[in-house]
Amino acid sequence: MTLSTKNILGTRELTKNDIQQILDTADSFKEISTRAIKKVPTLRGKTIINLFFEPSTRTRTSFEIAGKRLSADVINISGATSSAVKGENLIDTARNLEAMNPDILVVRHDCSGAVELLSQFVSSPIINAGDGSHEHPSQALLDLLTIRSHKGNLKGLSVAIVGDINHSRVVRSNIRAMQTMGMKVRVVGPPPLIPVEMKRLGVEVSYNLIETIKDVDVIMVLRVQLERQSQGLLSSLREYSNYFCLTSETLAQARDDVLIIHPGPVNRGIEISLDVMRSPRSLILNQVTNGVAVRMALFYLLLGENNANPN
Amino acid sequence: MQTLIKNGRVIDPANQLDGAFDILIDNGKIKTIEPRGKISGSKLKNIPVIDAEHCVVAPGFCDMHVHFREPGHEYKETIETGSASAAAGGFSTVAVMPNTCPVNDNRSITELIFSQAKKANLVNVLPIGAITKGLKGKSLSDMGELKEAGCIGYSDDGMPVMDSELMRRAFEYSRMFDLPCIQHSETLDLTRGGCMNEGIVSTELGLKGMPVEAEDIMVFRDICLLRKTGGRLHVAHISSGGAVELVRQAKAKGLPVTCEVAPHHFTLTEEACRNYNTDAKMSPPLRTDEDLELIKEGLSDGTIDIIATDHAPHDVADKQMEFSKACFGIVGLETALPLTLKMVDEKVITLQKAVDLLTHQPCRVFNLDKGTLGIGKDADVVVFNPKTQYIIEPEKFKSRSKNSPYKGWKVRGKILHTLVAGKTVYSACDE
Repeated sequence: MTLSTKNILGTRELTKNDIQQILDTADSFKEISTRAIKKVPTLRGKTIINLFFEPSTRTRTSFEIAGKRLSADVINISGATSSAVKGENLIDTARNLEAMNPDILVVRHDCSGAVELLSQFVSSPIINAGDGSHEHPSQALLDLLTIRSHKGNLKGLSVAIVGDINHSRVVRSNIRAMQTMGMKVRVVGPPPLIPVEMKRLGVEVSYNLIETIKDVDVIMVLRVQLERQSQGLLSSLREYSNYFCLTSETLAQARDDVLIIHPGPVNRGIEISLDVMRSPRSLILNQVTNGVAVRMALFYLLLGENNANPN
Repeated sequence: MQTLIKNGRVIDPANQLDGAFDILIDNGKIKTIEPRGKISGSKLKNIPVIDAEHCVVAPGFCDMHVHFREPGHEYKETIETGSASAAAGGFSTVAVMPNTCPVNDNRSITELIFSQAKKANLVNVLPIGAITKGLKGKSLSDMGELKEAGCIGYSDDGMPVMDSELMRRAFEYSRMFDLPCIQHSETLDLTRGGCMNEGIVSTELGLKGMPVEAEDIMVFRDICLLRKTGGRLHVAHISSGGAVELVRQAKAKGLPVTCEVAPHHFTLTEEACRNYNTDAKMSPPLRTDEDLELIKEGLSDGTIDIIATDHAPHDVADKQMEFSKACFGIVGLETALPLTLKMVDEKVITLQKAVDLLTHQPCRVFNLDKGTLGIGKDADVVVFNPKTQYIIEPEKFKSRSKNSPYKGWKVRGKILHTLVAGKTVYSACDE
């Protein structure tokens, strides 16, 4: 079995089979991270370049650890240290890196579509680690892995996504992946943060948090950025919290077995209260752990499958 | 120096002519037009003859909206390469927008444009002067000086005049010179940071949208102002179905409003932006199917006065990049005819109307003594075969830039000869 795609640009390109394969492989990799010696030789001699044009700690570290646990050589290049600051064109940067024969490029960029653009100019496989407001496929996959390991399966589950829908690449990746897996998605947030055409993506749209979370299996809370206020999209974070912060009070309206996830980093007290964040229903740290497993699976499936075994 | 164009179907909407005629050109002017085979005489034996069998012979096309990038961005296009592109597209007259560097907001730039055009010696290049100094939207340019230097209209194209008070004064002041104000209708505070139409595609791609309302609001504002001020409004590259309706209503009230449409706005929709195709990135952006239908309606009922290409050349380095950072615009001169003929194939307009939209109408709107095959007029003539099929190959364009979304399209309608003042400036036989 191999993936239907050479690159992981978005969940849009992934089939149900692809997703299942990635999640199954990730499950089998989880155990490696619990060993005393957290390393297998699967990708020895392979070079992974993390090319991050936008600041990131969690995602970059997660990809780095994933590569290292599979014994790949991982090089990190950040926007601030790359020649992008000297004015080098994105495509030239990629071509230069390609000339050093990496086996895989992991790219984050602040412009939607930038990773897809790069993929047209390099021959090595590319993983999109987040492009603008477009896609962040590994995040969606780790969300699915987290949900699946707690619910047993994905089909038929309903999910409420709360917050800044418009600017979120996590939302776009999740909607596509969840729909592929037969899940139902609702989005909820203040109208200025929800695109007018959102319903045409096949999701339910609501502006009322309590109504929306009442009967869902999963609540995904998104980070709300302070700058949305200066852009005129929010009146204030205070008022936002009044209507959309997930607190134990609002959560009392939801089902007892509801799962809570958040792609991080969290603004405590703005989109989610501290007690909810730390409640047993919150899987936020679990997501981070699963992130490493999912990224190991992606590396393995794109690179190592033919010449190594996962144990 | 004489030339005979024979055996063609002459379509000359300015003179309501459509039929089998031969044209004799003498000394750069139209000398006679006679039914096929009637022009004869021993003197004609040794003159050059263009055999236009199976072809349409029409006045040279007039494109009232192009960007030739000179002075300032000659690596994208010069007046010479732009003129060659125009000639290859069947255009004998083009009006160049003032958003050069420096801006055409004074006599010296206007004169430079004329002198470069004269050097190129291909097509008639008519400058459009800026509405405001430096296109900054702060103070009016010297509209009188610009007209005296030869400008045929005023526009801050690309940078709409946002200040309503200033636009009011522009309409008022331009009355003195009887030239139209050409508005790039876009309310900038609604489109800030946007890079394509706001809709389902921008939502899926995660790109900031430019809502269609930004165009409608600006068109409506200008129409409102015009009622008070007088003057003439020409709406550039209309792309919104709502804006077409606003122009229709204004015309019904007798207001001096005209508008143009670019071929891409009746050919493509926002769907062309998928895969982050920067050759489909333009301003105003490609809209929806619904807008496309309303634009076609505007073409067929005459609400839309003229077809203009908004020829916007950009180097590959300005296009081959992140979608949100890439430049807006596409080259249009060398694809205008086949795309317009597609509207004929779709029965949106007749062939006569297509020629009218490219010749007589632009000259009517801009008061030019062009776009006609009238006896004694400049012999600006195009000969094209409306049936010839071919594949669009941007790498073969005469334009210095190749940013076209139509690469590989199979189209119909080929320019064979373009004449300006009797002189052949393009001939497909030379290719």
